[in-house]
Amino acid sequence: MGKASKLNIRRIVIAALVLYIVLLLGPIAGFDIPNIAAAIQANPLQLVQFLIIGLANGAIIAIIGLGYTMVYGIIELVNFAHGDVYMIGVFTSLTVLSLTGTLDTDSPGKIILGLILALVIAIAVGAGLNATVERVAYRRLRNSSRLAALISAIGVSFILENTGLIWAAQSWLVPSFGTTGGASQKVFPDLLGKIMAAYGLDVNLLANTGIALRFTIKDLMVMVLAGAMMLALRLFVQNTKMGKAMRATAQNRDAAKMLGIDIDWVISTTFLIGGGLAGAAGLMAGLYNNTAWWFMGFRAGLQSFTAAVLGGIGNITGAMLGGILIGLLASFSDGYLNARWTNAWVFATLVLILLFRPSGLLGEQVGEKA
Amino acid sequence: MSKRLFALFTLLVAASMILAACGSAPAATEAPAEPAAPAAATEAPAAPAGPVGTLKIVSSLPMTGSSLTQTQTIVNAMQLRLEQANMQACGGKYTLEYEPWDDASAALGKWDPAVETENANKAAADSSIVAYLGTFNSGAAKLSIPILNGAGPLVMVSPANTNPGLTKADKDLPGVTDSYYPTGVRSYTRVVAADDIQGKVAANFVKSLGATSVYILDDQELYGKGVADVFEATAKEIGLTVLGHEGIDPKAADYKALMTKISTSNNGGAPDAIYVGMVVDNNASQLLKDKVAIMGDNKTVKYVGPDGIQTQAFIDGAGADVAEGAYASVAGVPLTELPEAGKKFVVDYEAKFGPLTEPYAVYGYETMNVALKAIEDVCAAGGDPTNREAVRAAVFAIKDFGGALGTWSFDANGDTSLTDMTFYQVQGGGYVSVGTFR
Repeated sequence: MGKASKLNIRRIVIAALVLYIVLLLGPIAGFDIPNIAAAIQANPLQLVQFLIIGLANGAIIAIIGLGYTMVYGIIELVNFAHGDVYMIGVFTSLTVLSLTGTLDTDSPGKIILGLILALVIAIAVGAGLNATVERVAYRRLRNSSRLAALISAIGVSFILENTGLIWAAQSWLVPSFGTTGGASQKVFPDLLGKIMAAYGLDVNLLANTGIALRFTIKDLMVMVLAGAMMLALRLFVQNTKMGKAMRATAQNRDAAKMLGIDIDWVISTTFLIGGGLAGAAGLMAGLYNNTAWWFMGFRAGLQSFTAAVLGGIGNITGAMLGGILIGLLASFSDGYLNARWTNAWVFATLVLILLFRPSGLLGEQVGEKA
Repeated sequence: MSKRLFALFTLLVAASMILAACGSAPAATEAPAEPAAPAAATEAPAAPAGPVGTLKIVSSLPMTGSSLTQTQTIVNAMQLRLEQANMQACGGKYTLEYEPWDDASAALGKWDPAVETENANKAAADSSIVAYLGTFNSGAAKLSIPILNGAGPLVMVSPANTNPGLTKADKDLPGVTDSYYPTGVRSYTRVVAADDIQGKVAANFVKSLGATSVYILDDQELYGKGVADVFEATAKEIGLTVLGHEGIDPKAADYKALMTKISTSNNGGAPDAIYVGMVVDNNASQLLKDKVAIMGDNKTVKYVGPDGIQTQAFIDGAGADVAEGAYASVAGVPLTELPEAGKKFVVDYEAKFGPLTEPYAVYGYETMNVALKAIEDVCAAGGDPTNREAVRAAVFAIKDFGGALGTWSFDANGDTSLTDMTFYQVQGGGYVSVGTFR
């Protein structure tokens, strides 16, 4: 009997054991198959609804996850400050929208113009911030132990969180912040709904079609923007000279250096792109959830990091896949299982997947690393 | 010895000398200067030349996170009460010191078990502390009560904890309440009515709004789940249909999937009302936002919560138009119906800190009232107010006290005799009281 088949038997035993435990204990955490089947049967369309919600949430997670995975791929650092760059992106776009008067206008043209401006500035600020963080907090530590850079990243994360805390208290800058201080959640106005209303349309694109589903302009915006950004990133990494340099650096930094690649510049570019994506995700999430909160980067960061690991850290397609998977899992767990256990289900799935594929879903295709 | 080590050593010596100088300088100037005037003015012959000691009072409240909107007003009110007492107790014999401690951390964005435990240990170790005013969150109280119970015991007076189990034994959880008090002596009191009252009144209130079905959500904390559980039990008793009771992930990005499920939980339709047991830090505004996005405004599907969301931060976070029509309950009567002492407090507060809309400031004021009253009572009886046990006994002995909240007493458990519950509704971007119940 070969070593491989022995391993397979062990895996099958583990899988059977896990299945048994899930079926035995699952109902406690809402995993009650007859109940779920009945719920789906009663309202099959709702399944599609949860799919839409999960996809939109997953797309945002995926976009942030790209930043984690790119940085990890290239310098093997878990950039814990990345989620907070996303949070700064939310506040940046909200501030731009407020300063340009976009929050007070009803003219759809002006709102769209304001949104485009906010997107550009949020990307620029996110990119600039991320690259600055790399220059200041990580570059000097590049050749020291990995733990040092990791702890530095956690420190940066706290600095950014507190920046958000102070920022959210500046109501002279953004009057809608109100007087309740920086700690409370702030409203990110529903500008997309406003645009639709200006044209006499419902936020829900399927409102007058007779289909009992909610597919809002917000869902559409998130999915289209996220899809476009992921595609653009993939093309960039695969087809440009810089992309090639990034892949080379990811594979072997020293060898790439010997071949004349400017490592510092490549790494800076990686941080610029990751930060830009986080900034854009900030505006998207703001428009989607209508909330700006100094603390929102923490959970987003955790989920996106999980997405990156799930997909195979360092792998761009994997991060997208992982993000969408987490979004869907959370949505279906909220919908059919029990919201109390949603995080448990999401992370249990992560553990399971890593148990069987330790390098993540797509972790083995090292060639795509960036 | 290397040169560097020697340099470091010299530096340390120099630094410690400077520090020592700094430390003693203010002590020398402060002590006689501060109390001299009042001592001379009031009872110059009786009192010795200066205060004989310092009594320290600390508060432990979450001051990083959305609750800051509420806790800042509590701290302000405590400071106001101390200033009214001229920072002195027992006719100038003791100088009062107050430190507002934060039991939240930036890492959690709300109260942090580690920080609260650290605060309690710090208070236990500092013998000049005679009263611990806090906590804000019931879950935090659960951690600090046993620590402080073993330290004297050091008396706790909470302005805001409402979980019933902290003082009253739950028949389903025998021995749990007693386990908070390892010395067997009660050392924890609160000036606010507990959730066995709040949850019950809330269920009756929801029924009075004409609702027949309700969906219950909580934030999975001791306080939020506790009040939601009482609500659920009462709702079932009085004939409301409870469609479900779930805990939410307090840090999730959104709750659209959950709200979608709830929107068809009532035989394919939305429930008449949703009750949320939670504090504002736990993403309360986002939850309401997604509820309104999926199920429409708060007239169609009523939205009711406990005191944890009765704060301007909740409305500002959700937006005035989204929050319009949501209800929240708070123990006690509205600020405008407070007794004379309470009204005077509101006037004094607003003169110093600006308009007061948060409901808990007056409770903060009352906790400081309780602490000062206990200290004075100990002095009046000829006792030693630096003795923690004496102060604790004096707090529990408070009966028919004419405070800012009304005339009330502590019972043997440390609970207040006041049981009023007021409901507020969001109208035009602010909470407006809509009725007081018992």
